[in-house]
Amino acid sequence: MSETLSAIISIGFHGLAFAMVLYLISVGLSVTMGMMGFVNLAHGVFAMAGGYLLTGFMRHFGVPFLPALFATAVAAALASIPIERLLYRRLYGGDELDQVLLTMGLIFIATAGATYIWGPVQQPLQPPAWLSGEINVGFRHFPAYRSFLILCGAALVTALWLGLERTAFGARVRAAVDNLRMAQSVGINTSRLFMTTFALGSGLAAFGGGLGADLLAISPSYALQYLAYFLIVVAVGGLGSIRGPFVAALLLGIADTGFKYLLPEFGAFFIYALTMAILLWRPRGLFGRA
Amino acid sequence: MGYWRAAAAFFGLHAALILMAFPAIAQTVVKIGLINSYTGFVAEAADQAQKAIDLYLKEHERDLPPGVKLELIRRDDTSNPEVGKRLAQELITREHVQLLTGIVLSPVAAAVAPLTAEAKVPLLISIAAAGVAIPRMSPYVARVTVTLWQLGYPIGKWAAEQGWKTGYTAVSDFIPGHDSEAAFTKGFTYGGGQIIGTVRFPPNNPDFAPFAQRIRDARPDLAFLWVPSGPQGTAMIKAVHDLGVRQAGTQIISTQDLLPDEELPNMGDAPLGIITSGTYSVAGERPANTAFLTAWKREYADKAIPNFLSVDAWDGMAAIFDLIKGTKGNFTADEAMGFFKDWKNPDSPRGPIMIDPETRDIVQNVYIRRLARQSGRLANIEIATIPMVKDPWKELNPVK
Amino acid sequence: MTSRLVDGFARRHRYSVLEALPWLAAFAGYFVFPSYLALGAQILATILFALSADLVLGYAGIVTLGHAAFFGTGAYTAGILAANGWGEPITGLLAAAAAAGLLGLVSGLVVLRTTGLSLLMQTLVVATMVAEAANKASFITGGDDGLQGMEVWPIFGWLRFDLFGRTAYLYCLIVVLLCWWMARRIVHSPFGRSLTGIRENVRRMHAIGAPVSRRRLMIYTISAVLAGISGALIAQTTQFVSLSFLSLERSGTVLIMLIIGGVGRLYGAFIGVPLYMIAQDRFSTVQPVYWYFWIGLLMVVIVVFARGGLLGLFDRFRR
Repeated sequence: MSETLSAIISIGFHGLAFAMVLYLISVGLSVTMGMMGFVNLAHGVFAMAGGYLLTGFMRHFGVPFLPALFATAVAAALASIPIERLLYRRLYGGDELDQVLLTMGLIFIATAGATYIWGPVQQPLQPPAWLSGEINVGFRHFPAYRSFLILCGAALVTALWLGLERTAFGARVRAAVDNLRMAQSVGINTSRLFMTTFALGSGLAAFGGGLGADLLAISPSYALQYLAYFLIVVAVGGLGSIRGPFVAALLLGIADTGFKYLLPEFGAFFIYALTMAILLWRPRGLFGRA
Repeated sequence: MGYWRAAAAFFGLHAALILMAFPAIAQTVVKIGLINSYTGFVAEAADQAQKAIDLYLKEHERDLPPGVKLELIRRDDTSNPEVGKRLAQELITREHVQLLTGIVLSPVAAAVAPLTAEAKVPLLISIAAAGVAIPRMSPYVARVTVTLWQLGYPIGKWAAEQGWKTGYTAVSDFIPGHDSEAAFTKGFTYGGGQIIGTVRFPPNNPDFAPFAQRIRDARPDLAFLWVPSGPQGTAMIKAVHDLGVRQAGTQIISTQDLLPDEELPNMGDAPLGIITSGTYSVAGERPANTAFLTAWKREYADKAIPNFLSVDAWDGMAAIFDLIKGTKGNFTADEAMGFFKDWKNPDSPRGPIMIDPETRDIVQNVYIRRLARQSGRLANIEIATIPMVKDPWKELNPVK
Repeated sequence: MTSRLVDGFARRHRYSVLEALPWLAAFAGYFVFPSYLALGAQILATILFALSADLVLGYAGIVTLGHAAFFGTGAYTAGILAANGWGEPITGLLAAAAAAGLLGLVSGLVVLRTTGLSLLMQTLVVATMVAEAANKASFITGGDDGLQGMEVWPIFGWLRFDLFGRTAYLYCLIVVLLCWWMARRIVHSPFGRSLTGIRENVRRMHAIGAPVSRRRLMIYTISAVLAGISGALIAQTTQFVSLSFLSLERSGTVLIMLIIGGVGRLYGAFIGVPLYMIAQDRFSTVQPVYWYFWIGLLMVVIVVFARGGLLGLFDRFRR
């Protein structure tokens, strides 16, 4: 009996950790897609960059884990600004196909670049000593690193929610997501808002990619390989929301893990069937606003 | 069509006669078609092999007989079988190659095989394409790489002989996974072991926690895993590590695909103690390997680490060079196949290898290796050798 | 942009001499490039695939990342028939068209209820599920190893598929010509023009009473049929089918080829496909990493500076 319970807890835990990584990476995509209406398939590139930057900072510059993580997020956010200004801005409100193709091109460039610079092998993530090993919670052990992932995810979703609901910036973001034209007509500088939000989203993606490098291995094909997962989280969660991707990631992470545990041969079908069903029931996603 | 062949044979015969009469004057150019997957999802594997091929050519070009030149024509099948087949067609009809070689993916080999019989051009599979039945698809196909059963069956038998009684298999849900599972199960049960559970996971799975949990629930003595090389292997190792499968008393067993030598430096400590079956390890101790690694380091320094695919390609070139040397560059398809059937190389970096005259498939040592630290680095240390293994699947399923 | 297209439509409604050019070139190619016929056959079949994608992408504005599902279904249908005793090519082609069309109809009913990201995801999901089903059903499809034992009979009993690709080339040429003619008629019909309306302004179309969802479903199904035929062509001329026919990579590549040539212009496929395939044939062995880099760069440049692809540039110069 306690074996089953133990298995359930274990599945729940690992599903949660997986969900947190997906969430951290996808939340930025949800907000920017909801606000700008821009299909950004290249979002995974920032997550990938986060992974490469984090491992680079730690291995080659000897920067300790937490500072390296923040440096990664900041670096990615800054790097995203010229990309947004020069490329993405031209296609706002434009043809979806163009956006898909632009971002696919960016993925190719990033993949080739990563192969050229770092080679095709995977980048290792060596978690710091204080996060290796296990945490003993009395009746069970949990891997320390994954626990940290879960805590980070929870902390971040709270911080984002507070930021969105309680700050002026958050209010502007919500306004722009709800009704762009109206927001512009009340004087919100949407151009600058886009830029800032995009930077924030990209920084978050890099943060998630770096943090989650233990789960989603960093290699040049990262952006393409996990694209489907990020898109599913965003589509199911709903564009332009913070809660949506969180719920979707939880659903995906835990349900996917659980289903693969119970019925492994059909594990792949389940998540896609579930996605399809949810999108049929709620085409805008569970919490979609845009 | 028949006219073309007759004309070609007529002229070819005359050319050969002339060439034979004036060996010093004539230059024979042996054209060989190399089909590799330079782009697509197996590009990394292709690169490992290409480096070995380039290195072999550089080191051994001077070994060719005087007056004989080798022209290696490289084509990219983009990891798509229909492209591979078209390339084989073009290499045969347009470039008039005498031999085809290379090939990473089993479906590409399966697509090309019928052509070799139709056009009577030999194919020496030299990179991967480990599907068991491939050499049977045409009498003009020989292989120097490996078969999935060659890796799975011997370690199953060995594991049972070591005293492990219960086993659990966890493999990717597509043909290479199924074959590995079948091979291991056959070997393990033959040796007296019992498989108490199996699980198959979707071919493109990112997180293996649920499957590692299932293994842990079953508490087997050992767990046989098989995933395609690359990020999935690493994810699998991490999941098994994080869920404490080994701490619960289960030995992890797999094939060399799980722990390729070029990924070892990046894996951390999680895979320590995993036992795999393999045909080549960088840590293999023999003079031919030392010589190979020295040449490799000289050329590529720290930019690349060779793996079993590199050595496969290296040996493929060695076989082709032996063919050219033996026939002075003039051979028909039948002569080439006859040569390959008798080909042996006691001095490959992987140890002694030969091609089985009956099946035209590789016969080689299969090593049991344990992952451990050696001089501060992770290495697949060979702990046992199962000598000169013929493909078990073909032995168990003879042609009727 | 809209007026330019309307102009274009009116002008191109009649058959012009320019339109015969690609076909004359293709026919001439049979005699001028006898050793490139196998490549030519694959280019022709891929042109048809890109054409089918253009119908939904360029004309109906349905962005799909799952078009390979129809391509692969057609290929496997023709392949499985040929591997199990019925190798007659033309009926195989028709069966493939029917199977792909059925999948298009059924999936379209589900997928086309939405737009935007939701639609994109649904197409992705359908394609992934079809690919996974093909993998699971390896006892019919051959799974990862590919479908073996295909034996395609000679066309009409005497035109054998030969090593040099001669029959394959002519077969593909004629089938693609017929399909193109059909596509052209559709595009220049009132039905086709209503699709542009649907793409440009759905609400207006609803307001004037056009049966929007039915039209979208129709073009989606027609596109699936053509995609299925293109898949069957490749299957029959190479006598092999594998899971790569259903991959996401294949869906993505056809989009890339289309945009290079120009979307929504019916001829974008004729330019983008040969360019991409020949370039890949020549250059990808040189340094594969650079190949991806330059293709990515080309895509970015085209989207930012040359929307409408090469045909768009050509149009601009003509003015």
